[in-house]
Amino acid sequence: MEKTNIFGVVLAGGIGSRMGNVEKPKQFMEIGGKPIIVHTVEKFVINAQFEKIIVLSPRQWIRYTRDIMEKYIAMKDRIDVIEGGATRNETIMNAIRHIEEQYGLDEETIIVTHDSVRPFVTHRILEDNIRLARAAGACDTVIPASDTIVESADHARITNIPERSKMYQGQTPQSFRAKKLRDAYESLTQEEKNILTDACKILILKGEDVRLAEGEVFNIKITYPHDLRVAESLLGGEKTC
Amino acid sequence: MLNAVYQLKAARQFEVVFKELEMDGKHVIVRPTHLSICHADQRYYQGTRPEAVLRAKLPMALIHEGIGKVVCDPTGTYQVGEEVVMIPNHPCEKDDVIAENYLRSSKFCGSSKDGFMQEYVALLPDRIVRLPKGIDKVTAAFTEIVTVSYHAVSRFLRFSHARRDVIGVWGDGNLGYITSLLIKKMLPEAKVYVFGVNRQKLSDFSFADETFEVSRIPADLQVNHAFECVGGSASGKAIDQIIDCIVPEGTIAILGVSEDPVPIRTRMVLEKGLHIFGSSRSGRADYEGLMRLYRENPDIVSYLENIVGTQKRVHNIRDIVEAFETDIHKMIGKTVLIWNE
Repeated sequence: MEKTNIFGVVLAGGIGSRMGNVEKPKQFMEIGGKPIIVHTVEKFVINAQFEKIIVLSPRQWIRYTRDIMEKYIAMKDRIDVIEGGATRNETIMNAIRHIEEQYGLDEETIIVTHDSVRPFVTHRILEDNIRLARAAGACDTVIPASDTIVESADHARITNIPERSKMYQGQTPQSFRAKKLRDAYESLTQEEKNILTDACKILILKGEDVRLAEGEVFNIKITYPHDLRVAESLLGGEKTC
Repeated sequence: MLNAVYQLKAARQFEVVFKELEMDGKHVIVRPTHLSICHADQRYYQGTRPEAVLRAKLPMALIHEGIGKVVCDPTGTYQVGEEVVMIPNHPCEKDDVIAENYLRSSKFCGSSKDGFMQEYVALLPDRIVRLPKGIDKVTAAFTEIVTVSYHAVSRFLRFSHARRDVIGVWGDGNLGYITSLLIKKMLPEAKVYVFGVNRQKLSDFSFADETFEVSRIPADLQVNHAFECVGGSASGKAIDQIIDCIVPEGTIAILGVSEDPVPIRTRMVLEKGLHIFGSSRSGRADYEGLMRLYRENPDIVSYLENIVGTQKRVHNIRDIVEAFETDIHKMIGKTVLIWNE
């Protein structure tokens, strides 16, 4: 594969504590006869713009993740499975460190970070992310909010109802110039790092430009058992070839 | 891989479904980039096919005219990024006599299997043909309909006698334009007369030797052979007029699609000893032949650029619907979807 300096970063760090009684992390649950994470990684593997796809897994699931990549994906040499971090942002930092050590990192290096449990991401969304990250340095995939968003500071009373037309629901991918993201993250205090659950917010706190990439309603995150049923219902029958 | 397929569920109603796209080492994966709407797509979209047909075929992704870029080719036949035209006819058997597009077992995208309105299309290497370098991609989107004309003209050359001084083409729409243009290029010695109902549309046929309004055909006008590119309910009238104008032993090629039976004055067919043949769709040989013709006659593509109608960037289902609705109201020209979904 050509050196493109663009890397897919598939985040499979979580162990899926919200998934009810199932034993495996949610990214290993199957839809359409294959683990969710395999479907997700395939979308990156087929896109030649990605020099490499870094899959970040909880330590105890690294072997298993490698095994299923080997079993299901023909172009497995395009994938590196490495250990995730304690938080989402630490996981992304592990990916950036790995890219720096293995492939080199410069100002132009782009990472397209994506939840392993969003297998319905499309070619268009990935391409838009790459284009926007290149042009503006960072972007976040969103869809317009369909429900009214209600803010409550004390979890008991409404403190604000923002104007819905300005509200969006965040999805992934989130894409960045990797070096810029790492520099911004490293400049945060430990306290700031602890409260940040979202990578885009690192740049927002630093006053950086983060663009909106248009997501899709069907680009769902499979988090709850209900989502698995929704995911199955999006599958349209027989194979396409 | 989960592949987004944009299917027509019912008349004027699209929905996205995901189908597993097998990365089996045999199929080339193509990312569609430019798609073009055909009358056949419109008949499904508007629900004008018979109810039983719609019930049997939908949900199904439409569109059988399109080009794309190779995304991945495990067979090593194509390079990643190569621009290719996708062949919608998929034969399931080989026959030494019957062409692939007439085999009853063949599948056709947007008719008996999903069309090209997909995130990725998986095709066997022989269902893809390289486009000439630098070709206008919007025009190349409707290569398929041009191959249909190429196929019909090639068959005409096999079936017709050699006195081809004047060839008449009935139909002033896209198919008439393309067919008469190809006749002009493939038979440069022949005079091409085009017959249509609309003076304004006929004025677009600048390459034709003569154009005639069907209501004002000179009584003494004769053609050696004719192509019917009208279709629908008017094809009967067109064939009737052809039978009047054609000289004995002429050949009539029928290209227009009609849902209903069309009466033909068989007495005069017999008396004049006419040959009538039908032509539909095309196969790989026609794509290869057309690409050669494009290289030898680069002006063909510039003539075809004249029938590009609306170009619509498509990001979502709302854009798809807008493109189909716009296409309904066009007078002439091909509606091209710049596919970014």
